[in-house]
Amino acid sequence: MDLEKFLILSAVLFCIGIYGVLARRNAITVFMSLELMFTAVTLAAVAMSRYVASRQVLANPGDASEAVLQTLLTGQVFALFIIVVAAAEIALGLGIVIAFYRSRETVDISQANLMSR
Amino acid sequence: MLFQDVIFWLLAAVGVAAALGVVLLRDIFRAALLLVVVFLTIAGHFFLLAAEFVGVVQVLIYAGAISILIIFALMLTQNVQQGNLPNRLQIPAVMISVLLLTVLAAVFMDTDWRLLSDLPGPLGAGLVDVAFRDTTFSLAKLLLESYALAFAAAAVLLLASIIGALSLVRER
Repeated sequence: MDLEKFLILSAVLFCIGIYGVLARRNAITVFMSLELMFTAVTLAAVAMSRYVASRQVLANPGDASEAVLQTLLTGQVFALFIIVVAAAEIALGLGIVIAFYRSRETVDISQANLMSR
Repeated sequence: MLFQDVIFWLLAAVGVAAALGVVLLRDIFRAALLLVVVFLTIAGHFFLLAAEFVGVVQVLIYAGAISILIIFALMLTQNVQQGNLPNRLQIPAVMISVLLLTVLAAVFMDTDWRLLSDLPGPLGAGLVDVAFRDTTFSLAKLLLESYALAFAAAAVLLLASIIGALSLVRER
């Protein structure tokens, strides 16, 4: 139950994020919901790294060498890379929002319909 | 173990309530502040999961930098009073997220996880003790040896996003 409770918490946060992305009109709220989804995935990766035995650990039972132990931290490395990508994404995304606001005087994404005309 | 459970449920309740506030509140500025609360509870979960370095990075990058960026964007677009309106996809959005949550929860409960604690004898607990004793040191070795290429690519990605963001918001 230890792993599952973290995974289900992460799924709950992810689904709240999906609701926010789909049902809100303000572009900045959509970005905040995207960040919620990113951080939910990060939580799942770290929880997996803490509780799930990696393939190398299962293949070499009793082996506590550094190479085997480091495979247990792969999830944390994934989490760090997700954080980096989220930071890059939010910088670009908010840049786009501000550029959009300059040209349309609004951040309502239902007004972002230039391609549908 | 009981103490950790109490902390977990406390952080989970605060985190989910704050996340609901982020998507449901009319006032976007309060929603942005609640987003910081969500990030901080996630950082607490990282500390519970013996990932102290990721937890500190979470506080620095998410709760520090990203939320400040969002609040700056809120101030620049001067649209706070217009509020956080829903669009026409309200009901499909609720249905999709509830459906996805059900499917995910069913899969999580149904999967036969190969847990570290299920390893025979004292092996699992001993392994956890050794592997998660000094994660910062091990993470540094992993990032700069096994994942050195991805590490460099992440640096290039950050540089590219800085240049991209600057060229997007530059006054013409």
